[in-house]
Amino acid sequence: MLIELKDIRHVYNLDDPVVALENINLEITQGEFIGLIGHTGSGKSTLVQLLNGLLQPTAGQVFFQGQDINADRASLQDIRKKIGLVFQYPEHQLFEETVAEDVAFGPKNVGLSREEREKRVKEALQLVGLDYEEFKDRSPFNLSGGQQRRVAIAGVLALKPEVLILDEPSAGLDPEGRQKLLDLLVYLHQELNLTIILISHRMEEVARLASRVVVMDQGKIALEGTPAEVFNRGEDLKKMDLDLPVLTQILTDLKARGLPVRTDIFSLEKARDEILAGLKKIEKSRESKTC
Amino acid sequence: MLTDITIGQYIPGKSIVHRMDPRIKILITLIKITILFLIDTFWGFGLFLLLVVGILLAAKLPIKRVLRGLKPVFFLVILTLVLHLFLTRGGEVLWQWGFLRIEEAGVFTGFFMVARILLLIMFTSILTLTTSPLELTDGIEYLLKPLARFGLPAGELAMMMTIALRFIPTLLEEAEKIMKAQQARGADFESGNIIQRAKALIPLLVPLFISAFRRADELALAMESRCYRGGSNRTRLHELQLKKSDLILFFLAVIIAVFISFF
Ligand SMILES: Nc1ncnc2c1ncn2[C@@H]1O[C@H](COP(=O)(O)OP(=O)(O)O)[C@@H](O)[C@H]1O
Ligand SMILES: [Mg+2]
Repeated sequence: MLIELKDIRHVYNLDDPVVALENINLEITQGEFIGLIGHTGSGKSTLVQLLNGLLQPTAGQVFFQGQDINADRASLQDIRKKIGLVFQYPEHQLFEETVAEDVAFGPKNVGLSREEREKRVKEALQLVGLDYEEFKDRSPFNLSGGQQRRVAIAGVLALKPEVLILDEPSAGLDPEGRQKLLDLLVYLHQELNLTIILISHRMEEVARLASRVVVMDQGKIALEGTPAEVFNRGEDLKKMDLDLPVLTQILTDLKARGLPVRTDIFSLEKARDEILAGLKKIEKSRESKTC
Repeated sequence: MLTDITIGQYIPGKSIVHRMDPRIKILITLIKITILFLIDTFWGFGLFLLLVVGILLAAKLPIKRVLRGLKPVFFLVILTLVLHLFLTRGGEVLWQWGFLRIEEAGVFTGFFMVARILLLIMFTSILTLTTSPLELTDGIEYLLKPLARFGLPAGELAMMMTIALRFIPTLLEEAEKIMKAQQARGADFESGNIIQRAKALIPLLVPLFISAFRRADELALAMESRCYRGGSNRTRLHELQLKKSDLILFFLAVIIAVFISFF
C-alpha cells in the first residue's frame, strides 16, 4: 500500500471549530490515477494537504509506504520530495527572477548539486512543454497565465515525485491549455508511472482519466469506485450538487427515451459509435416488425 | 498559525459592546491605550487586566480566540523581556554570571513592557472584533472631520484605514497558503539561524506583495465601476446617532481610566 489514511478527522480552529474531515479511510496503491471530486467546501483541499504533512490530522493516521508520516516530523522533507503537491492557482507562488531559478527552488531545497539541478530544470520544463533555452532566463512574471502555471507545475515536477497531487489544476485555463495539461497528466501516469491524485470540478476530465473516483461530501467520502460505477449514480451525485459528465448525461437521457445504449462510456468517439449502434438496433427491430 | 492574528477580524454579535457607538469605542480605546503607557505599578496593570477581562466577558467574545491572537507576538515579547532583563540597569543586582547581569530595574521594566504589549493587542483586538469595518470607517471619519478644515481628506483616510484593516486577515490567509505551497517544494521556514530564516522569507514575501498589488488593483477597479469617488459629497444611509447609554459608558470609561492611572 502506497498511501493509507486511517480514521482521519480534521478540525480547523479548535475553539470555533469547523469540522473539515471526518471518518476518512482511504487506501491508494502505486500507479493509481485517483479523481477526487466534491462540492466546494467538501474537504478535498484539506484531504490532500494531509498527505504530505502540510496539515496534521486532529485524529487518525496518515501512512506513506507503511510509515506514519507524522510520527517523525524530521522525515517530512523526504516525504514532500516523494509526494508533489500542486496547489490551486500554483502560479501565485512564483517568486524568482528567472524561470530556471524558480523551477530549481525545490531541487535546491533538498540539496541537489548545481549540475543535477540544471538537469532537473531542463527535464521539468520539457515535460510541461516549455523550451528550456527560450524560457530559462525570462522573468516568470512576464509570461502568460497559462505559461506561468506550467512553470509552477514544472517547479513541483523538478523534485521528481512518485506521487503527484493536483488541486484543480485546470481552473481558469483556456481549452487548449487544459487539453495540454491533461495530456501531460496522461503522459506522467502512463509513461513515468506516477501515482496521480487529481482534484477537479470537471467531471469529463475525471471520467476520462481516473482509474478510481472518490466523491467527497461534507467532509466524508460519500462514494468511491470506477468512473463507470460512480457516474452511474446520477441521482446520488445530484443530491451532492455534482453534475454528470456531459456524455454520461446525454447517454442517460437517450436511454431513458428508449435508445438501447450503455451509459458507462467516456470518450467522444466511442459514445458516437454506441449511439449509432443503438440507432441501428432500433431500425432493425422496426424492420423485423414491419415484415 | 498566521491566521490566529485577531487584529482586523470581526465577530458579529449583539452584546452591549457590539452595540456601542463606534466613535465612543474608538475614543475609549485611545484613552485606554494612553493610560496603558502611563501605568507603572503592578496594581495598575492588575486593574487594567481586570478591565480587559470584564469587557471581553461583556462582549461575549471567545476568550481563547483573543488569547490565541497573542501567539504571533510571542517572539517580540520574549525579545523585549530578554533585552530589558539584561540591558536595563538600576537597583539591586539580582543575578550575575560573567558579564551578564540582571538588575532590579530590568525585571520591572521588562515585565511592564511585556504587559503593555499584550494588553495593547488585546484591547485593540476587542475594538476590531466587535466593530464591523463599515462602522469603524464611519467612526474614524467622524472623528477626523474637524481636521478636514485643515485640508485633511478625512473620508479618504478613513476608507484607506478600513481597507487596510479589512485586508489584514485576507493577506494572512494568503501568506499561509503561499507558505504551504513553498513548503510543498521543500522550503524550510522553521530552522536555521536568523539570517537563513530571513532569507527563507523571500519566497513568501515576493508572491505576497505581488498578490497584494493585484488585489489593490482589482479593488480599485471594482470601486470605480461602482462609481466610488470619495470626496465631500458622499452621503450615508445610516447616520451615526449617539445614545444616552453611549455617553454613560464613555464617562464610566473616563472615570475608570483616571482611577487606574492613580495606582
Ligand atoms: N485554513 C482554514 N481555516 C479554517 N477553516 C478552513 C480552512 N481551510 C478550509 N476550511 C474549511 O474547511 C472546510 C473544507 O474546506 P476545503 O478542504 O478547502 O474544501 P474544498 O477544497 O473541497 O473546497 C470548509 O468548510 C472550509 O471553510
Ligand atoms: Mg479546494
